[in-house]
Amino acid sequence: MKKLSFLLIGILFGIIMTKSEAVSWYRIQEMFRFQSIHMYGIIGVAVILGAAMYALLKKMDVKTVDGLPLNFKAKPETYKASLFGGTVFGLGWAMTGACPGPLYVLLGNGYLVILVILISAFIGTFVYGKIRHKLPH
Amino acid sequence: MIETISNPWHWGVSGVMIVLVMFLLLIAGRAFGVSSSFKVVCSMIAGRKSASYFDFDWKDFSWLLLFVMGTIIGGYIAGEFLASPEPVQISQATINDLTALGIAAPSEGLLPKELFSFEYLMTVQGFILFVLGGFAIGFGTRWAGGCTSGHAITGLSNLQLPSLVAVIGFFIGGLFTTHLIYPLLFA
Repeated sequence: MKKLSFLLIGILFGIIMTKSEAVSWYRIQEMFRFQSIHMYGIIGVAVILGAAMYALLKKMDVKTVDGLPLNFKAKPETYKASLFGGTVFGLGWAMTGACPGPLYVLLGNGYLVILVILISAFIGTFVYGKIRHKLPH
Repeated sequence: MIETISNPWHWGVSGVMIVLVMFLLLIAGRAFGVSSSFKVVCSMIAGRKSASYFDFDWKDFSWLLLFVMGTIIGGYIAGEFLASPEPVQISQATINDLTALGIAAPSEGLLPKELFSFEYLMTVQGFILFVLGGFAIGFGTRWAGGCTSGHAITGLSNLQLPSLVAVIGFFIGGLFTTHLIYPLLFA
């Protein structure tokens, strides 16, 4: 039953991503050309409000529904990986006009060719997993 | 009600709604980040012995697979029942830039039909954009340890410096593709 809640949160996220147009190739083109506030507004509001939420949750020591501490796990301080990996992802983000969330959402929207991008992404992750010990982190 | 939801959402509304998703995942004991699902799918298909990176029990992440399945269903619901009546309202400047590349202004749908087709995939440009682009998404997000959701939204909200560095990387790559690769591919 509890597992089902993740399916429902995912459905909510899929609807939000579609209606925000963050899944639109056009919006990503517009963002990387700095020609509209749209994407910056979405991410900016999410980050500012999100930071306030994180601060409040920490301050109030809010627990999960099971009474456990919230997952505030810090990101590993692997700055080379962040920069180089981030740049590689950025290349792909602009090429396809989609980041990982929107890939799934667009598939649901009925764009079947997205499946090719998604499978390519799985292969990309698989190759990364195989050669990661040779890469700077 | 349905009509209000069906109109394109203001970016402020969308930003607030994303925080709601982040909140729901946090109180459910998880953290918001989509690209981890790639790792889970690899471990599930190739097996945990295929590389140390995939050596974990994918069933521990079944919640994430359910979340991802939900996003697909959510995309279907939004596309089928809540689709906007009008084209994506991008700026005139972007329309002009895209026209110069030979791509028509938005008419219907979220993506340009002339690019997102199996015919276009079979062209050199289509192969580069979608197969290499997809590969870069899978390789890059896992190298960076997150994507737009894990780094740009969750990581920055949690004031993580590695996430800020990753986001700078996202833009270095994205600007390179947009301003250098696109003009070459669509010349």
